[in-house]
Amino acid sequence: MHIPPAIDPVKAIQEKMPEAVLRVKTFRDETTIVVDPAKIVNVMLFLRNTNGLVYNFLSDISAVDYYPDPTTEENPERFGVAYHLYSMLYNRRLRIKAYLPEEDPVIPTIIPVWEGANWLEREIIDMMGITFEGHPDPRRLLMPEDWNGHPHRRDYPLGKETVQFSFNVEEISKFKPFATE
Amino acid sequence: MAVNPNELATKATWEGNLEQLRGLVSERAMTGETMLLNMGPHHPSTHGVLRLLLELDGEEIVTILPDIGFLHTGIEKNIEDKNYEKGVPLTDRMDYLSPMSNNMAFCLAVEKLVDLDVPERAQIIRVICLELSRIASHMVWLGTQALDMGAMSVFLYCFREREYVLRLFEMVSGQRMMGSYIRPGGVWRDIPDGFIEEVTQFVNYFPAKVDDYETLLVNNPIWKDRTFGVGILEPELALSLGVSGASLRGSGVNWDIRKATPYSGYETYNFDIPLGEHGDVYDRFMCRLGELRESIKIINQALKRLTKKGEFRSKNRKFTFPMRSELGQSMEAVIHHFKLWTYGFDAPNEEVYASVESPRGEIGCYIHGTGGNKPRRVHFKTPSFMHIQAIPAMAEGHMIADLVAIIGSVDIVLGDCDR
Repeated sequence: MHIPPAIDPVKAIQEKMPEAVLRVKTFRDETTIVVDPAKIVNVMLFLRNTNGLVYNFLSDISAVDYYPDPTTEENPERFGVAYHLYSMLYNRRLRIKAYLPEEDPVIPTIIPVWEGANWLEREIIDMMGITFEGHPDPRRLLMPEDWNGHPHRRDYPLGKETVQFSFNVEEISKFKPFATE
Repeated sequence: MAVNPNELATKATWEGNLEQLRGLVSERAMTGETMLLNMGPHHPSTHGVLRLLLELDGEEIVTILPDIGFLHTGIEKNIEDKNYEKGVPLTDRMDYLSPMSNNMAFCLAVEKLVDLDVPERAQIIRVICLELSRIASHMVWLGTQALDMGAMSVFLYCFREREYVLRLFEMVSGQRMMGSYIRPGGVWRDIPDGFIEEVTQFVNYFPAKVDDYETLLVNNPIWKDRTFGVGILEPELALSLGVSGASLRGSGVNWDIRKATPYSGYETYNFDIPLGEHGDVYDRFMCRLGELRESIKIINQALKRLTKKGEFRSKNRKFTFPMRSELGQSMEAVIHHFKLWTYGFDAPNEEVYASVESPRGEIGCYIHGTGGNKPRRVHFKTPSFMHIQAIPAMAEGHMIADLVAIIGSVDIVLGDCDR
C-alpha cells in the first residue's frame, strides 16, 4: 500500500484556511495550533481527512480556566478548550486549542467528526460550564443532575468556604452551593 | 443560540415521569411496548458502581443509557490545590487495579513540563512495576469476566496469582495497592534486597498458570458459545469512539503506545503485540491473554539489566528530594528537603500532554502549569471512560446475558472512569 509522505500540519492548515489559524506555539516538541472557535469543525475535518495528515484518533478534550489571571496575549480569554489529536499512520500528536470568552463560552460540537467526543464534551459542559453548540445530549455527566455550579472552574471553592468580606460578599455568594429547596 | 446546560439538566432526570426520557429511549418505551430495566449501580457484573438503564424488547436490548459519576471524587480538582509531587498519591486512587500506570502518566507529564531527566535504572524499575501491574490488573479482568460467565474456579486461581504480584508491590513500595511508588524524577526508593530473586521466581512460576487458564477457557465449547461473534466492534467505529488498548487491538488495529511513542525505554525491549481479527469478545479475550505472556517477556529482559547499580532517582535537587542519609551531613540537602516538601517546585505556565499504555488502554495526562508550584489544570483521559461510552455501540441488539460478557471484555474500572 502506498502511504503519502507526511506533511507539516501547521503549514498545511495555514495554506488551506488562513483565517482560522490565530497563533501557533511549540513547547517541549508539542505543537499547539490556536484556532478560531467558530471554525473548529472544519479544522478537525481537514486534519482528519487530508492525505499526509490523517489525525484519525481523538485522544482527549480538556478545558482550562485561566481565572483569576488577567488575560494576556498568550491567553486572550478566560476559557481554553484543548483537543489532543493523534495520527496513527504518521505516529505524531497535535494539540488544537480554542479560547472562549467568559460571558458566553460557546463552541460547536465535534461529534460529527468523532463520535467519542460526546462524553468528553459532556464532561466539560458539566465541569466547566462551556456550551457545545449542537450537542445532542447536554445533560450533566459526572455530577448529580440538580447540582449548582461547575466544579472545575477556578472560582469554585475546593471544599473549604471562602471568607466573605463586605467588598466581595456578592461575588462569593454567586458561587456558593446553596440548597435549591 | 446558546443552550443553558443547567436548565436542560433539571428537566432531563431519570426519576419521575417517562416524558423526561423522550429522545433518549425509543418511542416504543413511551407506550410501554418495551420494558425499562435498571441494571446497577449495585449489580456485581457492572464491575463497580456503573448504572445502566436498559430498554428491553423481551430479552433483546434496544437502548442502553449508561449513568456514571457515582465514584466521582474530584481528583483533578484536588490536584490543583497541591504541589506536583503531592498529586501522585491521588492518581493511585483513579484506576485502583493498576495504580502504577496512573503514577506513570502523571509523572511523565510533570517530567515533561519541567524538563526533568530520569536515570536509566529508574526507568528499568518502572518498566518492571508497570508490567507487573499489567499482570495484576489482567488477573482481575480474567477472573471477573470468567466469574460473570459462570466459571467460578478461574476467579479463584486468578486472585491467587494476583496476590503474588501484590506481595511484590508491598515489598517494593510498602503497600499492596496504593504504592505511589513512581515519583517525578524516578521512583520512591531503590528496590529492596531479594526483590530480583522474588520477581525471578514469579516469572518462572507464572507462564505455567497462563497455560492453565488457556486449557480451561480457550477451547472450552461453552466459553466459545458465549463469546464468538458477541459484541463486535468494527475498527472504524472503535477509532471514532476513542476506544484504545487491548479493546482496540481486538478489532485488529495495531496501536500500542509502548511501541508507537515509547516511554521509559520501552523501545529497547523485544516484545510482540497480540492482535485480534473480528473485534468480538473472544478476540479481546485472546489479546489480553497474549499480553500476559508478553509482559513476562519484558520483565525477563528488564531483570537482566537490573544487575548494574545506579541512580534510582534524578540528581536534580531542584525537583527531587535528597536521600535521608544526606540530611545529617549536608546543609544544602536540608534546605532542599525542606523546600521541596513545603513549597515544592515551580513549573512554567505552559501545557503538556503525556500518555501511557495502561492495562486498559491509553491514559493521557494533560497538565497546565501556572508558573507557580501548583498546576492550573490537570485532566486525565482515561480508557474506562471511553469504553463505557462505547458499550451501547457494542451491546445494542444483543441479548441481556451477552451484555454481561461485553462489559467484562472491555475491562472497565469505575474509579478510572469517574476520577
